[in-house]
Order: sequence, then structure tokens, then C-alpha cells
Amino acid sequence: MIEGLIGGLFNGISIGAVLLIVALGLAIVFGLMGVINLAHGELMMLGAYTTYVVQNGFKAMGESALNFYIFAALPLSFLVAALVGLALERGVIRYLYGRPLETLLATWGVSLILRQFVRSVNWAMIVGLVVLCGLFFGGRWVLQRSQRQVAGWMTAVLLTLSVAIAVAVGLLLNQNAGVAFSRPWFSARNVDVTPPTWLRGGLALGTTLQFPYARLFIIVLTIACLAGVYWFLQRSAWGLRIRAVTQNRSMSACLGIPTEQVDALTFALGSGLAGIAGCAVTLLGSVGPNLGSNYIVDAFMVVVVGGVGKLVGSIVAALVIGIVTYLVGSGTLALLFTSAEGLQPLAAFFTFFATTSMAKVMVFALIITFLQFKPAGMFPQKGRTVEA
Amino acid sequence: MATDTFVRPKKGRQAHQRLLVEVGLVIAIALVLILVIPAVVSGFRLGLLGRFLALAIVALGIDLIWGFTGLLSLGHGIFFALGGYALAMYLQINTLGDGELPEFFSLYGVTELPWFWQPFYSLPFTLLAVFIIPAVVAGVLGYLVFRNRIRGVYFSILTQAALVVFFNFFNGQQELINGTNGLKTDTSTFLGVEVGSSSAQFNFYILTVVFLALAYALCRWLTSGRFGRMLIAIRDDENRMRFSGYDPTGFKVLVFAVSGAIAGIAGALYTVQSGIVSPQYMDIAFSIEMVIWVAVGGRATLVGAILGAVFVNLGRSLLSESFPEIWLFFQGALFLLVVTALPDGVVGWLRYRLSDRFRRWFGRSRSVVTPPLLELDPDVGAEKREAIDKR
Repeated sequence: MIEGLIGGLFNGISIGAVLLIVALGLAIVFGLMGVINLAHGELMMLGAYTTYVVQNGFKAMGESALNFYIFAALPLSFLVAALVGLALERGVIRYLYGRPLETLLATWGVSLILRQFVRSVNWAMIVGLVVLCGLFFGGRWVLQRSQRQVAGWMTAVLLTLSVAIAVAVGLLLNQNAGVAFSRPWFSARNVDVTPPTWLRGGLALGTTLQFPYARLFIIVLTIACLAGVYWFLQRSAWGLRIRAVTQNRSMSACLGIPTEQVDALTFALGSGLAGIAGCAVTLLGSVGPNLGSNYIVDAFMVVVVGGVGKLVGSIVAALVIGIVTYLVGSGTLALLFTSAEGLQPLAAFFTFFATTSMAKVMVFALIITFLQFKPAGMFPQKGRTVEA
Repeated sequence: MATDTFVRPKKGRQAHQRLLVEVGLVIAIALVLILVIPAVVSGFRLGLLGRFLALAIVALGIDLIWGFTGLLSLGHGIFFALGGYALAMYLQINTLGDGELPEFFSLYGVTELPWFWQPFYSLPFTLLAVFIIPAVVAGVLGYLVFRNRIRGVYFSILTQAALVVFFNFFNGQQELINGTNGLKTDTSTFLGVEVGSSSAQFNFYILTVVFLALAYALCRWLTSGRFGRMLIAIRDDENRMRFSGYDPTGFKVLVFAVSGAIAGIAGALYTVQSGIVSPQYMDIAFSIEMVIWVAVGGRATLVGAILGAVFVNLGRSLLSESFPEIWLFFQGALFLLVVTALPDGVVGWLRYRLSDRFRRWFGRSRSVVTPPLLELDPDVGAEKREAIDKR
């Protein structure tokens, strides 16, 4: 009985840890900018693919090196996802501040592009992309030098031209430059990342309990990320600026805080955390273009339940959602009520929800009920600015 | 935000004439769709067009809540699928003889028809259920959310989560509604005619056109006049409306339920024309696509919603036939382009930006569309910009 409860609690916490590490970046970005990033899951996926590439690189170095690839993969995933996030913020999202619903749709567009990108990326496409960036940004630089003000239609023409040339170059390379250019980097099928040997197996406790090392690793990683983010937000100069802008954007701008840089930095940080989350979930399953969409909706729920602007809200929400999901979904609750006399209807009720997908149904119902009492989440922001 | 849809009160006679012209136009287009188009295009393309027109009906519902009321629902697939399931369940059990069960039940060892299938023996009940069930689900969900002043992106995320939940429910319940496989309608009979036959399909096409016209009329009626002005007020400044003594909750719940009902009808029409209803209709991507049809055509322009739905789907079927692999790139680019470059959509751009440009050429001032023209009033403008900066 006790062992079952501890095991259930551990599994719940480990689900919650995965949720939390996914939701962490989302919560920071949403708290600061009010922007929902539907491409967050795809940034995770990029992190996971980075891990896959790093793992292959280490595999080439030999079996002993393979054991430590994860320590190289974590920072690299962070970096890749953060850079893509930075590009996303500078390229799209900063034009859409104050229009959160449009931002939602735009980031969905980005997520579609990223998903197809990992399916079909090859050297020809990379060359095409480089050509596109070179032509577009080079052309804009030239225009800005020669013109006092660049008209909107000029940018449009420039963009169309560069896209046309880039696509033509890409297609030509794809068809004529041989297999090296046209072979996709990753197949459309899912790829597998093998965990290092020291993360296989588990810590045995007593006779029936086993804590898999991979899950323990994710819990530790989540705690480390939390500590890092906490330190960054509370102790560093940029963290102070981020918190100031979160509280009152106009006032911070008046006091000389570069809000645009703060936005870009925060978005990059949130995206980088998504990359780390992607690296972490490779330990749990295979990696595919749709990896992110499995986690993203649950992560949103964590943000909604936790409330905006406080990390502790996300932590509590992730743990509670994780534990409830596990207890309902694994049938632990159903079992608990079956053993008790007079509670058979309740047991039947919980048995109906005792699958992973039906547990989500129940958790959603609970979340809606919860929001009836606490519409702004567990730890809402207070003050006059909130309603605006 | 969109600065477009102030419904100007018109003087009696002029308004009456305009209304007559509009009704005439709608009827003329409907007649062209019913009489001319079938003679010109092949049966396969006509079937496609029928499905696209069914999707245009959902787009109208989304325009009603997003374009006019400012509620971005990412979960309209729920209502679409519910309407489809209602009709498909009726077709499943009424094709069989007495006491027989649909085939898939035997696979999961179910010997008795589940209780919630029983009412679907009756045709009147089914026809009501097609739009009342989605409307009730939407109304309940909307009430629970709007009551607490949850709005904006929170609302969008919650609708998306609800979508995932409904998807899981329908996908997981193999023994109740055949789970992943969905319900097929092609071989069943509706009023004595096989649903998949070409004559029945043609009748469904006509029915779709009629319902599209009706849905347009309904949305037009709702968005003009006092109720429509309420919706726009909610979209543009909900707090101000609250301070003026109105409770937006009722209006939002009502309009969300109406939109759900419209989606349910569209789902039923789409189901019989595509031959199957399955949990795939509650795919996350599909529901977001519905929104982008409206965005492409033009928010808060009903014509834009219809045109957007038809043309985006047409482009999709043409493009994905020839290059399946770049369709996602294209679609993603479409999202980005519409949101950043054409926030009013194509119809909105034509109606406001282009007409403004013409007016400027002829030396007239800009047309005034938003009642207290926020952009031109220095005080209000500053306040609004500040509010935007705060986000």
C-alpha cells in the first residue's frame, strides 16, 4: 500500500517534472510579453534533433565517448533553440506586440514550417536559405544606404525576388548536384536516441519499487533549470530588468531599460529552455517532427493553472497536474476505491477514466472547475495593471 | 485591431433598398451555384466544391465570434465533429434491420446499443441534435469560461485544450463510437437513398448551398443592428462596455453557442459528403486552419470568410495534389503573411485600404469607420497606444 503510493507519487512527480521543464520557458515568455508561442513544441523538437545529431557525433568518436554525449547535447540544444527563438522574435513576433491573438496564429505558421523543415532539410535547402538571407538582408542594407526611407513595396519586391532566386537555386542543387545535396538529413520517420548506459535501468528500493534513472535524471535536470532560472531572474542585472518589464513596461521604458532587448533576451531564454526540454524528453521516447505537439497542450494548461508571472505557480501546477494525471490514468485511484466497501460506484467511475487519454479528460474537467474559483490561476498578479 | 466594422445606421428607404439588392445578390449566387456550376464541372470537382462550401459555413461561424466579437476559438473542430457524429449515428443505426447493431460493435463485444445511441433512431431528434448538441456544449463551455472574465489568449488555449480532450474521448472510446476508425456514412441510406450515390450527393450539394445562404443571412442579421454593435463593442473595449452597465457574459455565451450550432450543421453536411466522420475532425491543426480561412478572406467581413474558406481549400487541394511536401511550407508562410502583411484579409484590404486610396486620389478624406475614430483622436489614440505598449 505504502509502496504503491510512493511509486505513484514518484511517477506523478516525474510526469510533472517533464511538464514543468516544458512549461518553464512558456511561462516566462507569456508572463513577460503576454505572447503565447505555439511554436514552443517545435523548438523542443529542434532541441531533440540537436541531441540526436550530437549523439551521432559522439558515436563516431567511440563507445566510451557516447556515455557523455548528454552533457554536450544539453548546452547545444539550448543554444540551437535559443538562436531560432531569437530569429523568430526579431523576424516576426516583435511586429505583433499588442496583438496576442495574431501572434498565436503567426507562431502556429512558424511551427508548421519548422515541422516540415526537419522532414525535408538537406544541403540544397540550407544553401537556398543562405542565399535567401544573403540576398534579402544584403539588398535591404543596400536600399537603406541609398534611400532615406525604404518603402513597403520595395521590401515586398525584394522579398519576392530573393525568395524566387533562393528557391530556384535550391531546386537546381536538389536535382543536379548529386545525392550529397539532395539526401534529407533526417528521415520522415522517427529516429531514436539511445540513452547513455548509466541512465539505463533504475534505482531499486525494496522489492517492488523501481525508480528509472532516466526519470530521476529529468527530475534533477528540472530542478537545476529552475535553480538557474531563479538565479538569473533574481540575482542578475538582466533578470532585474526582465522582472521590471514584466511588472510595468511603460515605467521601465521611462527609466531607461531597453525593453526591446529585454523582450528578445527573454524570448531567447524561453526558447532555449524549450530546447533543454526537448533534449530531456529524448530519454523517454523516440524523436519525430511531431514530438512537440504531444507535450504542448499540457504545458499550456500548466501556465493557465499556475497563473502568470510567478515561477512558483508553474511549479505547483505542474506537480499537481502530473500527480493527478498519473493517479487517475494508471488506475491507482480506481484500485483504492475498489478495495473499500460501499464505494463501488466511485470505483467504477474512476475505472472509466483509467487510461492515459481519459485521464486527460478528467484533468481538463478539474481545471475548468478550478478556474471557476480562481480564474487567474493559483498565484495571480495583483494590482491595477492586471486588468488592462 | 481591425478598424472596420462599424455598422452605420442607415436611413429607412436607402437601407431597405440596399437590403433588397443584397438578398437578390445572395439568391443569384446561390442559383448560379445550384444550376450553372454542376453543368460545368465534373462530379468529382463538384463533390469537392460541396465540401468546401460546407467548410465555408464553419468559417462564417468563426467570423461571427472572432471577427466581430474578438473571441479566438481554436476548438471549433469539436462542434464540427459533434454535428457530424450526430448525423452519422442516425445513418448507422437506421440502415440496419430491427435489432441489428452496427458492425463494429461486435468487434468490441458490445451486444446492446449504448443508451446515448437510442434517441438517434428518430429523424426529428437527429436533425435537432445536429445543431442543438454543439450549441449546448459551446454554451456550457462558454458560460464556464466567460463567467470568470477569462478572455484573450487564455480563452484560445482553453478551447484548444477542450479540443484535445474531446479528441481523446472520441479516439479512446472504441466500444462506444468506434474510436479512431470513425463512422462511415457512404453505404448507409438516408430517406431511402444511398448516401454515397451521385443523386444523393447532388442533393446534399444543393442543401449545402441553401444552408450556406441561410447561415450568411443569420450572421448578417446578427451582426447588423443592436446585437451586432454589442458584439463589436465587446471586441473593441470590453471593460468600457462593462462600465456602461452591460454584462458581456450573456452576449458572449449566446454568440459562441450560435457559432457552435453553425459549425455543427457544417459538420453534418461535410460528413455526408466526405463519407466518414472520425476523430481526425478534431485535429488541432484543422481547427486552426478554420481560423486562417477567415483571416485570409478578411475578419469581420462575412463574404471574406466564405471566399477565404473556399479558395484556401481549393489552393490546398491543387497544391497538395502536385507537391504534397511543400504544402506545409506554403501553409505556414500563408499564416505569417496574412498576419503580418494583411491583417484585414483580402476582402478587408480591398474594402478599406484600396477604397481609401481611391478616395485620396479623388481628393476626399479617409472614410470614417470606427465610431470614436481612435486613430485620429489624439487623446484616445495615446491611451490606446499605451494600452498596447503595456501588453
